[in-house]
Amino acid sequence: MPIIEISCVEVWREISNYVDGDIDPVLRERIAEHLKACEHCSAVVDGTRNVVRLMGDGRSFDLPSGFSERLRKRLAEKKLS
Amino acid sequence: MPSPAESVVEPDLIERVKAGESELFYLLIEPYQRAVYAVAFSVLGNEADAEDVAQESFLKAYAKLNQFRAECKFSTWLIQIAVNEARMRRRKERKALYESIDEGYVDDAGDYSPRDFADWREIPSEALAEKQLKDALSRAIASLKPIYREVFILRDVQGLNIRETADALGLNEPLVRTRLLRARLQMRDALAPGYDGTWFAGSPTYRKVRPF
Repeated sequence: MPIIEISCVEVWREISNYVDGDIDPVLRERIAEHLKACEHCSAVVDGTRNVVRLMGDGRSFDLPSGFSERLRKRLAEKKLS
Repeated sequence: MPSPAESVVEPDLIERVKAGESELFYLLIEPYQRAVYAVAFSVLGNEADAEDVAQESFLKAYAKLNQFRAECKFSTWLIQIAVNEARMRRRKERKALYESIDEGYVDDAGDYSPRDFADWREIPSEALAEKQLKDALSRAIASLKPIYREVFILRDVQGLNIRETADALGLNEPLVRTRLLRARLQMRDALAPGYDGTWFAGSPTYRKVRPF
């Protein structure tokens, strides 16, 4: 069965679900086919994946320095530590 | 003295705190400091308020601990408290600033089109050790409108799924998906020009990431 072509705008609309693998298989196939031929959309997909991967890494988002000490002190005032 | 947490699992710890061993409360919440702070930050967008609200959220959690029921995950319960506390703070501040009620809190209509088609697939995770990349990520996150930032941080920083994100924020799933898409594409656009200054136009690296 031939795969129905999909436009760039339609691909962008689904990029988030696509990188999460949370998407209807037929639509996923159509997007994959589009990406083979479209460098722009491939770059957007790769970049979006990169964002998700970097943010999911525990090092991307730090507590302010001294946060735990200050929290502990505040809790200790109420005898919660 | 060995830490009691090493030998006590969370449900027991909760029961013991409820039963009066209040000094164990810090051990109970210690693993969730980052999550609660991140949630507060996602709503408020600045470190000082986020830290203050995170602290308040933990005190609130202690005060309400008797209402906690085990059907719900303790982490989810804490996150919901933090979302509520942070939103209350945000409302208070908006009032104080006479800000437009809607600014930053309404969805942008229509599709979001990527602005930049640079291919930056080569940022390795090891680069997260560099302050420059972390600063670039922080700036990019801060540039998101609050409604997008909330969803983005819960889903992509905290790793909640779509359903959990929707529940924590009191939104429906389609709205979470729409906002997540926009947040991710905006983050990509914000980071696409490179984060360490080496991708200036004309450099070989620049041409490599922008082949078009």
